[in-house]
Amino acid sequence: MADPILDIQNLTLRYPNAPTPAVCGVSFTLGQERLGIVGESGSGKSTVGRAIMRLLPDATMQADRMSFAGVDLLNASEKQMLKLRGARMSMILQDPKYSLNPIQRCGDQVAEAYRTHVSTTKSDAKAKAIAMLEAVQIRDPERVYDLYPHEVSGGMGQRIMIAMMLLTDPELVIADEPTSALDVTVRLQVLSILDDLVKQRGIGLIMISHDLNLVRNFCDRVLIMYAGRIVETLDAKDLDHARHPYTRGLLAAQPRIGGPRRPLPVLDRDPSWLSEATL
Amino acid sequence: MKPFEVENMSITFGKVTVLPAVSFQIEAGECFGLVGESGSGKSTVLRCASMLLNLWDGEARIGGKSVKDMPAMERCRTLQMVFQDPYGSLHPRHSIRTTLSEPLRIHGLDNQQQRMEQAMTDVGLPLSFLDRFPHQLSGGQRQRVAIARALILEPDVLFLDEPTSALDVSVQAEILNLLVRLRDEKGFTYIMVSHDLAVIDHMCDRFAVMKSGHIVEVLPRTAILDGSAKAPYAQELIAASLAYEGAA
Repeated sequence: MADPILDIQNLTLRYPNAPTPAVCGVSFTLGQERLGIVGESGSGKSTVGRAIMRLLPDATMQADRMSFAGVDLLNASEKQMLKLRGARMSMILQDPKYSLNPIQRCGDQVAEAYRTHVSTTKSDAKAKAIAMLEAVQIRDPERVYDLYPHEVSGGMGQRIMIAMMLLTDPELVIADEPTSALDVTVRLQVLSILDDLVKQRGIGLIMISHDLNLVRNFCDRVLIMYAGRIVETLDAKDLDHARHPYTRGLLAAQPRIGGPRRPLPVLDRDPSWLSEATL
Repeated sequence: MKPFEVENMSITFGKVTVLPAVSFQIEAGECFGLVGESGSGKSTVLRCASMLLNLWDGEARIGGKSVKDMPAMERCRTLQMVFQDPYGSLHPRHSIRTTLSEPLRIHGLDNQQQRMEQAMTDVGLPLSFLDRFPHQLSGGQRQRVAIARALILEPDVLFLDEPTSALDVSVQAEILNLLVRLRDEKGFTYIMVSHDLAVIDHMCDRFAVMKSGHIVEVLPRTAILDGSAKAPYAQELIAASLAYEGAA
């Protein structure tokens, strides 16, 4: 990895009035690769994603270093952040039902993302948006452009969101549980579209998920988080050889198709995991 | 243990026919799965059979007796339901003790304290939790309370509507183990709605694949791996699940 897109060293983040920090001493770098962040709910994985976008104004953030393509994210002004967000880094949210504007046409929302960051004409933005909708494999993009979010299915909504986020050619995309609101049959389809586009355009992808199978199939590298700390970093293909008892516990707790029907092993939480030094 | 059967269950909401005519039979003590994409009517089947929705046609019989003919009191002692979201299914301002004692009081059962303690022990929660409120419990603990509430009236049939989809894998494992153990101990008949074939495979003997209100196929658990599904949609669903799990 020559030049990392994102370089985070020793990030600690605390929400106001919280007894313990939500994220504690997290360090990682990201190049043009697909990085998965896995953990249970409350482990701080989404908080890391939001911290990178600086979407948590109330929280106190400390880090030794937090830079994105040369920009210091800790000290960047809000004005600088507005230029970064949506243009050079963007975020795909969990549920298209709640994250698309219900009273605006889908296509206009995609075009708006483009017009916010690129000075262009309305008709050019529309043409770009339609081309992008086609790139996320929406058949008949002209028709879908004029539909409202309640008129499209969940899978299509998520593809519209992907189109919106990738239209500005960002260098970094953070996908926060991009498919957990979708059915299994559409999940793979949406993931492979995202995967293709990320590969074609050389985007750095952070995939935040609680789903080990998804991360195993769609990421190069995986960070496993527990209680705000990174307990293990692994190549996705080595996930089965994880050494940390927490990762192994998570893997074993997952029922598998055709697996033995013994009682599933239950995670035994060891308090020493909290004090271990992060890698 | 009682068998359960549904015959030509149909319901329409306004102009939309959600269930055209659904029929299936479940043997006593069986765990039967319902799978399908969102909007395919899986949960509606449970809501009709439990009379949470009452304007439907057809029959649902538990041990040969139609749920429509059962008075509410008898119905509640025959079937109980566990809902998807443990955060939404417990009253936020009732302590666990109040939540569990309410059905006992309504049904005029004796030994209330003892029954509550038994139910808490059955689901593996300490008795001190009786005086807690839902916000003082984790998601997994709340789901255990919801299961305890369903158990306390000693029903024959339990309806499980995505009981673990709001939970983490680690907590899901605890709840699935609990459900398997309770079925062994008390001989419940389960109907389990889930979109996760791995969970269905772990729990159920047979499952029905639903699509837009129709049951397209009823399959034994082994059909997931041996490829004996015939309906195109069932094949598609199984293939997608296998590909997703990376087991293929």
